[in-house]
Amino acid sequence: MTRESSSSAPSKEERKSSHGFRREVRYGIHLLRKNPIVLLGSIVALGSIVLSLSSGLVVDQNSWKTTHIALRLCWNNPIVNWNLRNVYDCAGPTTYTLGTDNYGRDVFRMIILAIPLDLRISLEIVLSAVLIGTVFGGIAAYAGGTLDELILRLTDIFLAIPSLLLAIVLATILGRTLENLTLSVLITWWPTYVRLMRSQVLTEKEKPYVEALRAVGAGRFRILFRHIVPNSIYPILVQGTLDIGSVILTFSALTFIGFSPSPLIPELGNLVNQGIEFVFTAPWLIIFPGLTIFIVSLGFNLLGDGIRDIFDPRLRR
Amino acid sequence: MKGRDGDLLTVQDLHKWFPIKGGLLGKTVGQLRAVDGVSLSVMKGETLGVVGESGCGKTTLAKTILKLIKPTKGKIIFDGSDVTDLSGRKAMRLRRRMQIVFQDPYASLDPRQTVRSCLTEVMGVHGLVTSRRESEEAAENLIEKVGLNPDHLLRFPHEFSGGQRQRIAVARALVTNPDFLVLDEPTSSLDVSVQAQILNLLKSLQREFGLTYLFISHNLAVIRQVSHRTAVMYLGRMVEIAETEKIYSEPKHPYTSALVSAVPIPDPSRRTELAALEGDVPSPVNIPPGCRFNTRCPYATEKCRRETPPLVEIAPSHWIECHYDIDFPSMKRSDLERGLISGGERAPE
Amino acid sequence: MAVMSRALVTKDAVLEVKDLRVDFHTYAGDVKALNGVELTVKRGEILGLVGESGCGKSVTALSIVGLLPQNAEVVSGEILLEGRDLLRLTKEEMRLARLGEIAIVFQDPATYLNPVINIGAQITEILTSDRRRFQVELVSAGLKDFEGRVQGKPLSPALEKEGRRLRSITPSSRMRRGEVKRLAKLLALSYLRMVKLPDAARVFKMYPFELSGGMRQRAIIAMALARRPKLLLADEITTALDVTVQAQILRLLKELKEKIDASVVLITHDLAVVAELCDRAAVMYAGNIVEVAEVKELFANPLHPYTKGLLEAIPRPDSRSELKSIAGSVPDLLFPPTGCRFHPRCPFAFDRCPKVAPPLVEVSPGHLVACLLYGG
Repeated sequence: MTRESSSSAPSKEERKSSHGFRREVRYGIHLLRKNPIVLLGSIVALGSIVLSLSSGLVVDQNSWKTTHIALRLCWNNPIVNWNLRNVYDCAGPTTYTLGTDNYGRDVFRMIILAIPLDLRISLEIVLSAVLIGTVFGGIAAYAGGTLDELILRLTDIFLAIPSLLLAIVLATILGRTLENLTLSVLITWWPTYVRLMRSQVLTEKEKPYVEALRAVGAGRFRILFRHIVPNSIYPILVQGTLDIGSVILTFSALTFIGFSPSPLIPELGNLVNQGIEFVFTAPWLIIFPGLTIFIVSLGFNLLGDGIRDIFDPRLRR
Repeated sequence: MKGRDGDLLTVQDLHKWFPIKGGLLGKTVGQLRAVDGVSLSVMKGETLGVVGESGCGKTTLAKTILKLIKPTKGKIIFDGSDVTDLSGRKAMRLRRRMQIVFQDPYASLDPRQTVRSCLTEVMGVHGLVTSRRESEEAAENLIEKVGLNPDHLLRFPHEFSGGQRQRIAVARALVTNPDFLVLDEPTSSLDVSVQAQILNLLKSLQREFGLTYLFISHNLAVIRQVSHRTAVMYLGRMVEIAETEKIYSEPKHPYTSALVSAVPIPDPSRRTELAALEGDVPSPVNIPPGCRFNTRCPYATEKCRRETPPLVEIAPSHWIECHYDIDFPSMKRSDLERGLISGGERAPE
Repeated sequence: MAVMSRALVTKDAVLEVKDLRVDFHTYAGDVKALNGVELTVKRGEILGLVGESGCGKSVTALSIVGLLPQNAEVVSGEILLEGRDLLRLTKEEMRLARLGEIAIVFQDPATYLNPVINIGAQITEILTSDRRRFQVELVSAGLKDFEGRVQGKPLSPALEKEGRRLRSITPSSRMRRGEVKRLAKLLALSYLRMVKLPDAARVFKMYPFELSGGMRQRAIIAMALARRPKLLLADEITTALDVTVQAQILRLLKELKEKIDASVVLITHDLAVVAELCDRAAVMYAGNIVEVAEVKELFANPLHPYTKGLLEAIPRPDSRSELKSIAGSVPDLLFPPTGCRFHPRCPFAFDRCPKVAPPLVEVSPGHLVACLLYGG
């Protein structure tokens, strides 16, 4: 009987760099080098995560509650000269990097408080949507038949309604608290994951290794949860990362329209909402929070893209 | 076909039809007759080769025998008992004795499972071991039996070559100590030199463990290497079943004869006029009436187009499905038409 | 552009590949795919290029035809098509060469045919793209058809005019577009008939998905022949086909060999196909040509240990001898073995083998081997 001779196997060093985890890392680095924008986006995204985790150390968590009417809408950062007629100069010794808002609070500080808030809410929404979506999608695909049809139709109904509209309606019905707003967005978000997971499971279900597992005698649940689900996770991961950015946008849009429970809450959309009134007298109120929304969501978008690039073509091995 | 004593597996008139849905309401408009009446038997310890081209239904046959697909009609008899409608616990016990190795080594292993986990999982499913040490030892033994090293156990499938992955697949099939192994084109995706390694491995394992094989392939040369008897499959039925040597030296069915003479021989000094069968392999959706081979058969007559020939045992263990007893290669079509059939038309049973 | 300044080593060689080295740049490192390939294709012959997967035969074909992927680099070497070094041509010159001098046919016809254009249009597209190149054939196709139609019939003035027009076209005269299209269709039909496609007129209008695998492969061969190439590369064209369909294609190729004067390089892993069809064969392993000989000689008297191993490993449909396999497996070309790339698996390897890469030497007339056992 022929034995696999050990001389045919590549040496240890050779193996290490052409297989396994090291290879993934090298591939990732190669991609990042090829695509500097993705790198930039990833840095931004990771930066905001770091900020969120450490924001307690940087800024006083309750500073948004105090207002300083005297310092409303003023700007005294010498770097930028707005060249507008009604820009007030701030009284007092402190230089406000990005000016003050309608309540006299330091806009820069508000933004630093807002990023973790938005990120946390977004993560809550995305993770819940992923959980619900994968469970329903997995069951639908694996069970097939009427259960599948049922879940699909339900998903279709939700997908047919424009998400923002649905969120608005739900927010109106449920009432204006951050939790309810989170719920509203969540309800519009989960259907995508059902679809995604379902199509992944359907594909995996047909693969030879699933059949081999059945031939070996493995039960349906074991096959679904121990084998199919772990293999279907990558696109969900990608979509989830991309969605973190999109959810921030949607949530901010909601608070921007006016669904925020209180105008004081340091939330990016809320801040932009304030700025609408004062575009010509205090443009920094719209510009900087708006830019932050844009940059953070773009960052996550690019991070998601990067993750997809790393995993997608490789999946087709 | 009656089972003989000493037969491990007998298949009687097995059918597997897949409904074709069409129209607005998804009504069944036709049937894809993948397996359309197959009867065969495999003796303990032998290798029965099943050879056929694409679309003939051999893979469906394999999966149906293994009860991965429910048969539409017919019986499967394993070691004397009818297992066609088995389910639940009894089916699990059956699974221990019948296993399969698939064609594609790249897709038949879970890419996220280590080799060891792949093997120990099977042990766990069937409750074959009681402790972790036992399962690890068993895994080590198995992996060495198929020619790999114990330190391969902790690696993932993508770290192996095609041939090595097939060895892992064979190891997995052997975990439960089966009697019967279905091998569905196990070497078709492998290079020639690796194929030789795997075929030799399979042969030695058969000798060592007394295994019975159902070996499916489209490659006649490979079938010849490994099978004691061969069944030739065309459009869902067996057109000829005989000892492998006979299939090559004295094929009795026109399709077998065409198949045998279409295979190029790796020997330039024996360059033959490769007999090419006209036309393409028809689809199992549209099976021709009468003898299903009549559209491509150079000897087809009116009778062939009208009547389906029965499966007949023309010599001990030599079965064929043809109205005529044709003596290749001296037969010419014109002779057939003029009624000058050497061997003559077979008398109805 | 290099003119025939290079004296051809073999007078009747259509293609000479000299010391071709190709690397692929991947994120994991450089894959040294071709390690000094030496190959000669004689005029009018069918040369088999045999090897297992990963040996570099497809890479060689793609190098010849100029279709290597982006990350490939031709490190050194020459590819001489009738004296012209293809590697020194500009992109446009290479495109023209692909149009009229070298044709390549791939394994999976489904992916290489445009699914939204019918077969006829795909062939006529080739013929009308460089009208001047094909003008002679177009006119002769038109004339043949014309003569076929007027057989034994009295000539009407319209027909007479047509005949005069056809006969007056010289290789340099201009033709109207409508005329070109009509003649191209006739020529395309003749090629479809040449590859034995039943009912060529019907196939002409069909789309690729309506044809079976064998018919598609024939259509691709027709498209390749339509270009009247000097060199035809066939990359594993029968691998995906059923054995009976493969037999049809092989028989077709045998017949075509008489009719066309192209040289063919048949790339395959199947030694039996080589035995059936080829005049000479070159065996490739891990980026090198290891043995070249006339087919009869190669099978009767294989010299290189790899060739011997390969021949002993193939199951023969005509016998049941024990298969001997080659120990080990194909090397990872990221880290290829030093010296002779086969030495880790070679039962005859000795101390010089890991040190010296053996050159391809002629051991007997027409029989070349790259192995230190035979000098070098």
